[in-house]
Amino acid sequence: MWPTILNATQQTIYMVFWSTLLSVILGFIPAIILTLTAPDGLHPNKGVYEVLSLIVNIFRSFPFIILLVIIIPFTRMIVGKAIGTTASIVPLTVSAIPYIARVFETSLRETDPGVIEAARSFGASDWQILFRVYIKESIPRMLNGVILLIISLIGYSAMAGTVGGGGVGDVAIRFGYQQYKTEYLIVCSLILIVFVQLIQMLGNYLYKKLS
Amino acid sequence: MIKLENVKKNFGDLSVLRGISIEIQDRQIYGIIGQSGAGKSTLLRCINGLESYDSGTITVNGAPVSFENKNELRKLQKKMGMIFQNFNLLNRLDVYDNVALPMKFWGMKTKTPEAEKKIRGLIELVGLGDKIHARPRELSGGQKQRVAIARALVLDPEILLCDEATSALDPGITREILALLQKINKEMGITIIVVTHQMEVVKQICEQVAFIKDGSVIAEGKPEELFVKPTKEVKAFLQEESDHLPEEGINIQLFFTDESSDNPVITMMARELNVDFSICWAKLEDFRSSVYGSLVINVKEKDKEKVCAYLDQAKVLWEVLD
Repeated sequence: MWPTILNATQQTIYMVFWSTLLSVILGFIPAIILTLTAPDGLHPNKGVYEVLSLIVNIFRSFPFIILLVIIIPFTRMIVGKAIGTTASIVPLTVSAIPYIARVFETSLRETDPGVIEAARSFGASDWQILFRVYIKESIPRMLNGVILLIISLIGYSAMAGTVGGGGVGDVAIRFGYQQYKTEYLIVCSLILIVFVQLIQMLGNYLYKKLS
Repeated sequence: MIKLENVKKNFGDLSVLRGISIEIQDRQIYGIIGQSGAGKSTLLRCINGLESYDSGTITVNGAPVSFENKNELRKLQKKMGMIFQNFNLLNRLDVYDNVALPMKFWGMKTKTPEAEKKIRGLIELVGLGDKIHARPRELSGGQKQRVAIARALVLDPEILLCDEATSALDPGITREILALLQKINKEMGITIIVVTHQMEVVKQICEQVAFIKDGSVIAEGKPEELFVKPTKEVKAFLQEESDHLPEEGINIQLFFTDESSDNPVITMMARELNVDFSICWAKLEDFRSSVYGSLVINVKEKDKEKVCAYLDQAKVLWEVLD
Protein backbone atom coordinates (compact mmCIF):
# COMPACT_ATOMS: atom_id res chain seq x y z
CA MET A 1 0.00 0.00 0.00
CA TRP A 2 2.64 2.57 1.02
CA PRO A 3 4.69 2.66 -2.20
CA THR A 4 1.48 3.16 -4.18
CA ILE A 5 0.38 5.98 -1.93
CA LEU A 6 3.80 7.62 -1.87
CA ASN A 7 3.90 7.56 -5.64
CA ALA A 8 0.36 8.96 -5.81
CA THR A 9 1.30 11.75 -3.40
CA GLN A 10 4.18 12.76 -5.64
CA GLN A 11 1.85 12.75 -8.64
CA THR A 12 -0.64 14.97 -6.88
CA ILE A 13 2.05 17.45 -5.89
CA TYR A 14 3.41 17.40 -9.43
CA MET A 15 0.02 18.05 -11.04
CA VAL A 16 -1.07 20.70 -8.58
CA PHE A 17 2.28 22.50 -8.62
CA TRP A 18 2.51 22.83 -12.39
CA SER A 19 -1.13 23.62 -13.01
CA THR A 20 -1.04 26.30 -10.30
CA LEU A 21 2.14 27.87 -11.64
CA LEU A 22 0.96 27.85 -15.25
CA SER A 23 -2.53 29.10 -14.52
CA VAL A 24 -1.25 31.93 -12.31
CA ILE A 25 1.08 33.11 -15.06
CA LEU A 26 -1.48 32.70 -17.84
CA GLY A 27 -4.43 33.97 -15.79
CA PHE A 28 -2.59 37.12 -14.84
CA ILE A 29 -2.74 38.51 -18.36
CA PRO A 30 -6.54 38.46 -18.81
CA ALA A 31 -6.87 39.71 -15.23
CA ILE A 32 -4.79 42.78 -16.08
CA ILE A 33 -6.73 43.39 -19.29
CA LEU A 34 -10.04 43.05 -17.43
CA THR A 35 -8.86 45.45 -14.72
CA LEU A 36 -7.66 48.07 -17.18
CA THR A 37 -10.71 47.94 -19.41
CA ALA A 38 -13.31 47.67 -16.64
CA PRO A 39 -15.74 50.60 -16.35
CA ASP A 40 -13.74 51.92 -13.37
CA GLY A 41 -10.35 51.04 -14.89
CA LEU A 42 -7.58 53.20 -16.29
CA HIS A 43 -8.71 52.61 -19.88
CA PRO A 44 -12.38 51.71 -19.83
CA ASN A 45 -13.31 49.77 -22.95
CA LYS A 46 -16.71 48.19 -22.89
CA GLY A 47 -16.16 46.01 -25.96
CA VAL A 48 -12.90 44.40 -24.82
CA TYR A 49 -14.13 44.00 -21.27
CA GLU A 50 -17.44 42.36 -22.19
CA VAL A 51 -15.92 39.95 -24.73
CA LEU A 52 -13.11 38.84 -22.45
CA SER A 53 -15.53 38.59 -19.56
CA LEU A 54 -17.80 36.36 -21.63
CA ILE A 55 -14.91 34.06 -22.60
CA VAL A 56 -13.90 33.76 -18.95
CA ASN A 57 -17.46 32.93 -17.98
CA ILE A 58 -17.84 30.32 -20.69
CA PHE A 59 -14.71 28.49 -19.55
CA ARG A 60 -15.80 28.69 -15.95
CA SER A 61 -19.18 27.18 -16.80
CA PHE A 62 -17.79 23.77 -17.83
CA PRO A 63 -17.85 21.15 -15.11
CA PHE A 64 -14.24 20.00 -14.82
CA ILE A 65 -14.98 16.40 -15.73
CA ILE A 66 -16.49 17.52 -19.05
CA LEU A 67 -13.71 19.99 -19.82
CA LEU A 68 -11.27 17.16 -19.18
CA VAL A 69 -12.81 15.16 -22.00
CA ILE A 70 -13.56 17.83 -24.58
CA ILE A 71 -10.07 19.30 -24.60
CA ILE A 72 -8.40 15.96 -25.22
CA PRO A 73 -7.38 16.97 -28.79
CA PHE A 74 -5.83 20.16 -27.42
CA THR A 75 -4.00 18.21 -24.70
CA ARG A 76 -2.65 15.84 -27.32
CA MET A 77 -1.43 18.81 -29.35
CA ILE A 78 0.47 20.29 -26.39
CA VAL A 79 1.85 17.25 -24.55
CA GLY A 80 1.80 14.74 -27.40
CA LYS A 81 -0.55 12.39 -25.54
CA ALA A 82 -3.89 12.64 -23.78
CA ILE A 83 -3.27 10.18 -20.96
CA GLY A 84 -1.00 10.37 -17.94
CA THR A 85 0.04 12.67 -15.14
CA THR A 86 1.69 15.28 -17.34
CA ALA A 87 -1.23 15.28 -19.77
CA SER A 88 -3.67 15.96 -16.96
CA ILE A 89 -1.87 19.23 -16.19
CA VAL A 90 -3.40 20.68 -19.36
CA PRO A 91 -7.09 20.39 -18.40
CA LEU A 92 -6.28 21.39 -14.83
CA THR A 93 -4.54 24.51 -16.08
CA VAL A 94 -7.23 25.33 -18.61
CA SER A 95 -9.92 25.13 -15.97
CA ALA A 96 -7.86 27.18 -13.53
CA ILE A 97 -6.99 30.08 -15.86
CA PRO A 98 -10.47 31.66 -16.00
CA TYR A 99 -10.89 31.09 -12.30
CA ILE A 100 -7.64 32.82 -11.42
CA ALA A 101 -8.31 35.56 -13.99
CA ARG A 102 -11.56 36.38 -12.21
CA VAL A 103 -10.03 36.14 -8.74
CA PHE A 104 -7.12 38.39 -9.70
CA GLU A 105 -9.42 40.85 -11.44
CA THR A 106 -11.58 41.12 -8.32
CA SER A 107 -8.48 41.52 -6.12
CA LEU A 108 -7.03 44.23 -8.34
CA ARG A 109 -10.28 46.12 -8.65
CA GLU A 110 -10.65 46.22 -4.88
CA THR A 111 -7.74 48.65 -4.81
CA ASP A 112 -8.87 51.88 -3.18
CA PRO A 113 -9.71 54.32 -6.00
CA GLY A 114 -8.48 57.12 -3.75
CA VAL A 115 -4.98 55.66 -3.76
CA ILE A 116 -5.04 55.48 -7.55
CA GLU A 117 -6.17 59.09 -7.72
CA ALA A 118 -3.38 60.10 -5.35
CA ALA A 119 -0.85 58.38 -7.61
CA ARG A 120 -2.29 60.18 -10.64
CA SER A 121 -2.10 63.50 -8.82
CA PHE A 122 1.67 63.01 -8.46
CA GLY A 123 2.01 62.47 -12.19
CA ALA A 124 2.24 58.66 -12.23
CA SER A 125 1.90 57.02 -15.64
CA ASP A 126 -0.68 54.27 -16.21
CA TRP A 127 2.09 51.70 -16.22
CA GLN A 128 3.39 52.90 -12.86
CA ILE A 129 -0.11 52.91 -11.42
CA LEU A 130 -0.59 49.34 -12.60
CA PHE A 131 2.60 48.00 -11.04
CA ARG A 132 3.27 50.30 -8.11
CA VAL A 133 -0.32 50.71 -6.96
CA TYR A 134 -2.76 48.13 -8.33
CA ILE A 135 -0.55 45.08 -8.18
CA LYS A 136 1.45 46.11 -5.15
CA GLU A 137 -1.64 46.82 -3.07
CA SER A 138 -3.43 43.66 -4.23
CA ILE A 139 -0.72 41.09 -3.53
CA PRO A 140 -2.22 39.77 -0.26
CA ARG A 141 -5.68 39.45 -1.83
CA MET A 142 -4.21 37.76 -4.90
CA LEU A 143 -2.29 35.38 -2.67
CA ASN A 144 -5.54 34.42 -0.95
CA GLY A 145 -6.97 33.63 -4.37
CA VAL A 146 -4.00 31.41 -5.21
CA ILE A 147 -4.44 29.49 -1.96
CA LEU A 148 -8.10 28.85 -2.80
CA LEU A 149 -7.02 27.79 -6.28
CA ILE A 150 -4.47 25.29 -4.95
CA ILE A 151 -7.08 23.75 -2.69
CA SER A 152 -9.61 23.33 -5.47
CA LEU A 153 -6.92 21.97 -7.79
CA ILE A 154 -6.14 19.27 -5.21
CA GLY A 155 -9.80 18.32 -5.47
CA TYR A 156 -9.88 18.47 -9.27
CA SER A 157 -6.73 16.43 -9.52
CA ALA A 158 -8.65 13.49 -8.09
CA MET A 159 -10.83 13.55 -11.19
CA ALA A 160 -7.73 13.59 -13.36
CA GLY A 161 -7.54 9.88 -12.55
CA THR A 162 -10.17 9.49 -15.27
CA VAL A 163 -7.53 10.29 -17.86
CA GLY A 164 -4.82 8.32 -16.11
CA GLY A 165 -3.44 11.22 -14.20
CA GLY A 166 -2.93 9.27 -11.02
CA GLY A 167 -2.61 11.03 -7.72
CA VAL A 168 -3.97 10.53 -4.23
CA GLY A 169 -7.62 11.00 -5.16
CA ASP A 170 -7.30 8.49 -7.98
CA VAL A 171 -5.82 5.85 -5.61
CA ALA A 172 -8.64 6.47 -3.16
CA ILE A 173 -11.23 5.79 -5.87
CA ARG A 174 -9.57 2.85 -7.59
CA PHE A 175 -8.34 0.98 -4.54
CA GLY A 176 -10.43 2.32 -1.73
CA TYR A 177 -13.82 2.58 -3.43
CA GLN A 178 -13.77 0.19 -6.39
CA GLN A 179 -11.78 -2.58 -4.63
CA TYR A 180 -13.32 -2.10 -1.18
CA LYS A 181 -9.93 -1.44 0.47
CA THR A 182 -11.08 0.87 3.18
CA GLU A 183 -7.56 1.49 4.53
CA TYR A 184 -6.62 3.15 1.20
CA LEU A 185 -9.65 5.34 1.43
CA ILE A 186 -8.77 6.42 4.97
CA VAL A 187 -5.07 7.04 4.35
CA CYS A 188 -5.73 8.94 1.13
CA SER A 189 -8.37 11.09 2.80
CA LEU A 190 -6.01 11.86 5.66
CA ILE A 191 -3.25 12.86 3.24
CA LEU A 192 -5.64 15.20 1.44
CA ILE A 193 -6.80 16.73 4.73
CA VAL A 194 -3.20 17.33 5.79
CA PHE A 195 -2.40 18.85 2.39
CA VAL A 196 -5.29 21.29 2.53
CA GLN A 197 -4.52 22.21 6.13
CA LEU A 198 -0.86 22.88 5.40
CA ILE A 199 -1.63 24.99 2.35
CA GLN A 200 -4.24 27.00 4.23
CA MET A 201 -1.88 27.57 7.17
CA LEU A 202 0.89 28.66 4.84
CA GLY A 203 -1.58 30.96 3.09
CA ASN A 204 -2.76 32.57 6.32
CA TYR A 205 0.82 33.07 7.45
CA LEU A 206 1.86 34.71 4.17
CA TYR A 207 -1.28 36.86 4.06
CA LYS A 208 -0.54 38.22 7.50
CA LYS A 209 3.07 38.80 6.62
CA LEU A 210 2.36 40.53 3.33
CA SER A 211 -0.54 42.76 4.26
CA MET B 1 -0.35 82.68 -9.42
CA ILE B 2 -3.19 80.39 -10.30
CA LYS B 3 -5.75 81.94 -12.57
CA LEU B 4 -9.12 80.49 -13.50
CA GLU B 5 -11.15 82.19 -16.17
CA ASN B 6 -14.74 81.26 -16.84
CA VAL B 7 -14.13 77.56 -16.21
CA LYS B 8 -17.12 75.41 -17.09
CA LYS B 9 -17.72 71.70 -16.81
CA ASN B 10 -20.66 69.41 -17.33
CA PHE B 11 -21.22 65.81 -16.30
CA GLY B 12 -23.71 64.86 -18.98
CA ASP B 13 -26.67 67.19 -18.53
CA LEU B 14 -25.51 68.29 -15.11
CA SER B 15 -23.57 71.49 -15.07
CA VAL B 16 -21.02 71.21 -12.26
CA LEU B 17 -18.98 74.33 -12.86
CA ARG B 18 -20.81 77.30 -14.36
CA GLY B 19 -18.11 79.74 -15.26
CA ILE B 20 -15.71 80.04 -12.36
CA SER B 21 -13.19 82.88 -12.37
CA ILE B 22 -10.80 83.25 -9.46
CA GLU B 23 -7.22 84.30 -8.92
CA ILE B 24 -5.00 82.79 -6.29
CA GLN B 25 -1.88 84.73 -5.39
CA ASP B 26 1.47 83.12 -4.63
CA ARG B 27 2.05 82.11 -1.01
CA GLN B 28 -1.59 82.60 -0.18
CA ILE B 29 -3.79 80.20 1.74
CA TYR B 30 -6.92 80.23 -0.34
CA GLY B 31 -10.15 78.58 0.76
CA ILE B 32 -12.85 77.19 -1.47
CA ILE B 33 -15.89 76.50 0.62
CA GLY B 34 -19.21 75.00 -0.31
CA GLN B 35 -21.63 72.24 0.54
CA SER B 36 -21.17 68.77 -0.90
CA GLY B 37 -22.15 68.72 -4.53
CA ALA B 38 -21.32 72.39 -5.00
CA GLY B 39 -18.52 71.51 -7.40
CA LYS B 40 -15.62 72.52 -5.19
CA SER B 41 -13.78 69.21 -5.36
CA THR B 42 -14.27 69.05 -9.10
CA LEU B 43 -12.79 72.53 -9.32
CA LEU B 44 -9.71 71.42 -7.39
CA ARG B 45 -9.32 68.36 -9.61
CA CYS B 46 -9.48 70.59 -12.67
CA ILE B 47 -6.68 72.75 -11.31
CA ASN B 48 -4.21 69.88 -11.18
CA GLY B 49 -5.49 68.10 -14.24
CA LEU B 50 -7.05 65.08 -12.56
CA GLU B 51 -10.17 66.07 -14.36
CA SER B 52 -10.70 67.94 -17.61
CA TYR B 53 -12.92 70.95 -18.05
CA ASP B 54 -15.13 71.88 -20.98
CA SER B 55 -14.33 75.54 -21.50
CA GLY B 56 -12.48 78.45 -19.99
CA THR B 57 -8.82 78.51 -19.04
CA ILE B 58 -6.78 77.53 -16.00
CA THR B 59 -3.18 78.67 -15.77
CA VAL B 60 -0.69 77.82 -13.07
CA ASN B 61 2.18 80.31 -12.94
CA GLY B 62 1.49 81.15 -16.55
CA ALA B 63 1.37 77.56 -17.79
CA PRO B 64 -2.03 76.39 -19.02
CA VAL B 65 -3.52 73.21 -17.53
CA SER B 66 -4.17 71.50 -20.82
CA PHE B 67 -4.89 67.91 -21.73
CA GLU B 68 -3.37 68.13 -25.19
CA ASN B 69 0.13 67.29 -24.06
CA LYS B 70 0.28 64.60 -21.40
CA ASN B 71 3.93 65.22 -20.65
CA GLU B 72 3.43 68.92 -19.99
CA LEU B 73 0.48 68.07 -17.76
CA ARG B 74 2.62 65.65 -15.75
CA LYS B 75 5.26 68.33 -15.27
CA LEU B 76 2.59 70.68 -14.03
CA GLN B 77 1.22 68.03 -11.67
CA LYS B 78 4.70 67.70 -10.21
CA LYS B 79 4.45 71.31 -9.07
CA MET B 80 1.21 70.60 -7.23
CA GLY B 81 1.11 68.28 -4.24
CA MET B 82 -2.27 67.04 -3.15
CA ILE B 83 -3.80 65.66 0.05
CA PHE B 84 -7.18 64.01 0.42
CA GLN B 85 -10.02 63.43 2.85
CA ASN B 86 -9.25 59.74 3.20
CA PHE B 87 -5.48 60.21 3.18
CA ASN B 88 -5.07 57.69 0.33
CA LEU B 89 -1.88 56.07 1.56
CA LEU B 90 -0.68 52.73 0.27
CA ASN B 91 -1.46 50.20 2.98
CA ARG B 92 1.41 47.92 2.17
CA LEU B 93 4.12 50.58 2.30
CA ASP B 94 5.57 52.02 5.47
CA VAL B 95 5.71 55.74 6.19
CA TYR B 96 9.09 56.14 4.50
CA ASP B 97 8.06 54.36 1.29
CA ASN B 98 4.73 56.16 1.15
CA VAL B 99 6.51 59.49 1.30
CA ALA B 100 9.07 58.31 -1.25
CA LEU B 101 6.49 56.99 -3.72
CA PRO B 102 6.05 60.16 -5.84
CA MET B 103 9.83 60.24 -6.34
CA LYS B 104 9.66 56.74 -7.79
CA PHE B 105 7.04 57.94 -10.26
CA TRP B 106 9.63 60.44 -11.46
CA GLY B 107 12.41 57.90 -11.67
CA MET B 108 14.32 59.45 -8.78
CA LYS B 109 16.44 57.28 -6.51
CA THR B 110 14.96 56.99 -3.02
CA LYS B 111 17.77 55.21 -1.20
CA THR B 112 20.65 57.62 -1.84
CA PRO B 113 21.91 59.60 1.16
CA GLU B 114 20.47 62.87 -0.20
CA ALA B 115 17.08 61.30 -0.92
CA GLU B 116 17.06 59.70 2.49
CA LYS B 117 17.92 62.99 4.13
CA LYS B 118 15.12 64.73 2.31
CA ILE B 119 12.50 62.07 3.02
CA ARG B 120 13.48 61.80 6.68
CA GLY B 121 13.50 65.58 6.92
CA LEU B 122 9.91 65.77 5.65
CA ILE B 123 8.76 63.02 7.97
CA GLU B 124 10.31 64.93 10.84
CA LEU B 125 8.76 68.18 9.64
CA VAL B 126 5.30 66.64 9.95
CA GLY B 127 6.19 65.31 13.39
CA LEU B 128 6.43 61.58 12.71
CA GLY B 129 10.16 61.09 13.18
CA ASP B 130 9.49 58.14 15.48
CA LYS B 131 7.08 56.41 13.09
CA ILE B 132 9.30 56.22 10.05
CA HIS B 133 8.79 52.49 9.50
CA ALA B 134 5.21 52.21 10.74
CA ARG B 135 2.50 50.98 8.36
CA PRO B 136 -0.57 53.18 7.80
CA ARG B 137 -2.82 50.81 9.74
CA GLU B 138 -0.75 51.44 12.86
CA LEU B 139 -1.37 55.19 12.59
CA SER B 140 -4.26 57.39 13.69
CA GLY B 141 -6.20 59.53 11.21
CA GLY B 142 -4.23 62.64 12.05
CA GLN B 143 -0.94 60.80 11.68
CA LYS B 144 -2.02 59.39 8.32
CA GLN B 145 -2.80 62.90 7.09
CA ARG B 146 0.66 63.98 8.26
CA VAL B 147 2.21 61.21 6.16
CA ALA B 148 0.09 62.36 3.22
CA ILE B 149 1.32 65.92 3.72
CA ALA B 150 4.96 64.78 3.74
CA ARG B 151 4.26 62.77 0.59
CA ALA B 152 2.69 65.79 -1.09
CA LEU B 153 5.82 67.83 -0.35
CA VAL B 154 8.41 65.35 -1.54
CA LEU B 155 8.51 66.62 -5.13
CA ASP B 156 9.15 70.21 -3.93
CA PRO B 157 5.80 71.56 -5.10
CA GLU B 158 4.95 75.24 -5.36
CA ILE B 159 1.32 74.57 -4.54
CA LEU B 160 -0.41 72.27 -2.08
CA LEU B 161 -4.00 71.26 -2.85
CA CYS B 162 -6.10 70.04 0.07
CA ASP B 163 -9.31 68.22 -0.76
CA GLU B 164 -11.44 68.11 2.42
CA ALA B 165 -8.21 67.22 4.18
CA THR B 166 -9.60 67.61 7.67
CA SER B 167 -13.16 66.41 7.15
CA ALA B 168 -12.46 62.93 8.50
CA LEU B 169 -10.64 64.21 11.58
CA ASP B 170 -11.95 65.32 14.94
CA PRO B 171 -11.78 69.02 15.92
CA GLY B 172 -8.60 68.85 18.00
CA ILE B 173 -6.68 66.96 15.32
CA THR B 174 -8.12 69.28 12.67
CA ARG B 175 -6.56 72.25 14.46
CA GLU B 176 -3.20 70.49 14.60
CA ILE B 177 -3.26 69.67 10.91
CA LEU B 178 -4.29 73.24 10.06
CA ALA B 179 -1.43 74.58 12.18
CA LEU B 180 0.92 72.31 10.25
CA LEU B 181 -0.42 73.59 6.93
CA GLN B 182 0.06 77.15 8.12
CA LYS B 183 3.63 76.39 9.12
CA ILE B 184 4.32 74.89 5.69
CA ASN B 185 2.82 77.96 4.05
CA LYS B 186 4.94 80.35 6.08
CA GLU B 187 8.22 78.48 6.23
CA MET B 188 8.33 76.95 2.78
CA GLY B 189 6.39 79.64 0.95
CA ILE B 190 4.00 77.15 -0.59
CA THR B 191 0.65 78.35 -1.92
CA ILE B 192 -2.14 76.33 -0.35
CA ILE B 193 -5.62 75.80 -1.73
CA VAL B 194 -8.05 74.35 0.76
CA VAL B 195 -11.34 72.86 -0.37
CA THR B 196 -13.68 72.30 2.54
CA HIS B 197 -17.22 72.46 3.85
CA GLN B 198 -15.98 73.35 7.35
CA MET B 199 -16.24 77.03 8.23
CA GLU B 200 -13.68 76.59 11.03
CA VAL B 201 -11.03 75.62 8.50
CA VAL B 202 -11.53 78.80 6.53
CA LYS B 203 -11.66 80.93 9.66
CA GLN B 204 -8.52 79.41 11.09
CA ILE B 205 -6.14 79.55 8.15
CA CYS B 206 -7.51 81.14 4.97
CA GLU B 207 -6.47 84.60 3.87
CA GLN B 208 -8.91 84.63 1.00
CA VAL B 209 -12.02 82.57 0.43
CA ALA B 210 -14.47 81.81 -2.36
CA PHE B 211 -17.96 80.59 -1.55
CA ILE B 212 -19.16 78.14 -4.15
CA LYS B 213 -22.78 77.22 -4.66
CA ASP B 214 -24.22 75.21 -7.53
CA GLY B 215 -21.03 75.58 -9.51
CA SER B 216 -20.74 79.36 -9.21
CA VAL B 217 -18.76 81.66 -6.97
CA ILE B 218 -21.36 83.55 -4.91
CA ALA B 219 -18.88 85.59 -2.91
CA GLU B 220 -15.16 86.06 -2.68
CA GLY B 221 -13.01 88.00 -0.25
CA LYS B 222 -11.35 87.98 3.11
CA PRO B 223 -13.06 85.51 5.42
CA GLU B 224 -13.23 87.99 8.32
CA GLU B 225 -15.22 90.37 6.15
CA LEU B 226 -17.45 87.75 4.58
CA PHE B 227 -18.30 86.01 7.81
CA VAL B 228 -18.76 89.04 10.00
CA LYS B 229 -20.61 91.21 7.52
CA PRO B 230 -22.04 88.62 5.16
CA THR B 231 -23.86 89.47 1.98
CA LYS B 232 -27.34 88.05 1.45
CA GLU B 233 -25.95 85.07 -0.47
CA VAL B 234 -23.37 84.30 2.15
CA LYS B 235 -25.96 84.63 4.89
CA ALA B 236 -28.19 82.16 3.14
CA PHE B 237 -25.16 79.95 2.69
CA LEU B 238 -24.17 80.08 6.33
CA GLN B 239 -27.78 79.41 7.26
CA GLU B 240 -27.46 81.52 10.35
CA GLU B 241 -29.96 84.24 10.80
CA SER B 242 -30.09 86.75 13.59
CA ASP B 243 -33.50 85.40 14.45
CA HIS B 244 -35.79 86.39 17.28
CA LEU B 245 -34.96 90.06 17.25
CA PRO B 246 -37.47 92.35 18.98
CA GLU B 247 -40.19 93.74 16.73
CA GLU B 248 -40.36 97.01 18.63
CA GLY B 249 -37.75 99.73 18.22
CA ILE B 250 -34.79 99.67 15.90
CA ASN B 251 -32.32 96.83 15.59
CA ILE B 252 -28.82 97.94 14.76
CA GLN B 253 -26.06 95.51 13.95
CA LEU B 254 -22.52 96.58 14.78
CA PHE B 255 -19.44 95.02 13.27
CA PHE B 256 -16.19 94.90 15.11
CA THR B 257 -12.96 94.46 13.26
CA ASP B 258 -9.69 93.58 14.84
CA GLU B 259 -8.87 97.11 16.03
CA SER B 260 -12.29 98.09 17.28
CA SER B 261 -13.08 94.89 19.13
CA ASP B 262 -10.92 95.98 22.07
CA ASN B 263 -12.79 99.25 22.38
CA PRO B 264 -15.56 99.42 25.00
CA VAL B 265 -17.83 101.27 22.54
CA ILE B 266 -21.09 99.96 23.89
CA THR B 267 -20.67 100.94 27.48
CA MET B 268 -19.12 104.27 26.54
CA MET B 269 -22.06 105.02 24.30
CA ALA B 270 -24.57 104.17 27.02
CA ARG B 271 -22.79 106.51 29.42
CA GLU B 272 -22.18 109.38 27.05
CA LEU B 273 -25.55 109.42 25.32
CA ASN B 274 -27.46 108.39 28.38
CA VAL B 275 -29.67 106.04 26.37
CA ASP B 276 -30.93 102.58 27.19
CA PHE B 277 -30.75 99.72 24.77
CA SER B 278 -30.77 95.97 24.95
CA ILE B 279 -28.24 93.62 23.46
CA CYS B 280 -30.17 91.04 21.43
CA TRP B 281 -27.57 88.97 19.70
CA ALA B 282 -23.83 88.76 19.56
CA LYS B 283 -21.08 86.73 18.06
CA LEU B 284 -17.33 86.78 18.35
CA GLU B 285 -15.11 84.82 16.07
CA ASP B 286 -11.45 84.02 15.68
CA PHE B 287 -9.90 84.48 12.30
CA ARG B 288 -6.37 83.24 12.24
CA SER B 289 -5.08 85.15 15.26
CA SER B 290 -7.54 88.06 15.22
CA VAL B 291 -10.93 88.45 16.79
CA TYR B 292 -13.89 89.77 14.87
CA GLY B 293 -17.40 90.15 16.08
CA SER B 294 -20.82 91.47 15.54
CA LEU B 295 -23.54 92.58 17.89
CA VAL B 296 -27.19 93.51 17.50
CA ILE B 297 -28.61 96.15 19.81
CA ASN B 298 -32.18 97.31 20.07
CA VAL B 299 -32.77 101.02 20.62
CA LYS B 300 -35.88 103.15 20.86
CA GLU B 301 -37.02 104.87 17.68
CA LYS B 302 -36.28 108.32 19.17
CA ASP B 303 -32.66 107.42 19.98
CA LYS B 304 -31.86 106.10 16.53
CA GLU B 305 -30.22 109.19 15.10
CA LYS B 306 -28.19 109.88 18.19
CA VAL B 307 -26.90 106.34 18.31
CA CYS B 308 -26.06 106.23 14.62
CA ALA B 309 -24.19 109.48 14.82
CA TYR B 310 -22.24 108.23 17.81
CA LEU B 311 -21.33 104.99 16.04
CA ASP B 312 -20.13 106.89 12.99
CA GLN B 313 -17.96 109.07 15.13
CA ALA B 314 -16.58 106.00 16.93
CA LYS B 315 -15.77 104.51 13.49
CA VAL B 316 -17.80 101.38 14.07
CA LEU B 317 -19.35 99.69 11.06
CA TRP B 318 -23.08 99.34 11.50
CA GLU B 319 -26.30 98.75 9.67
CA VAL B 320 -29.96 98.97 10.56
CA LEU B 321 -31.71 95.63 10.26
CA ASP B 322 -35.22 95.51 8.82
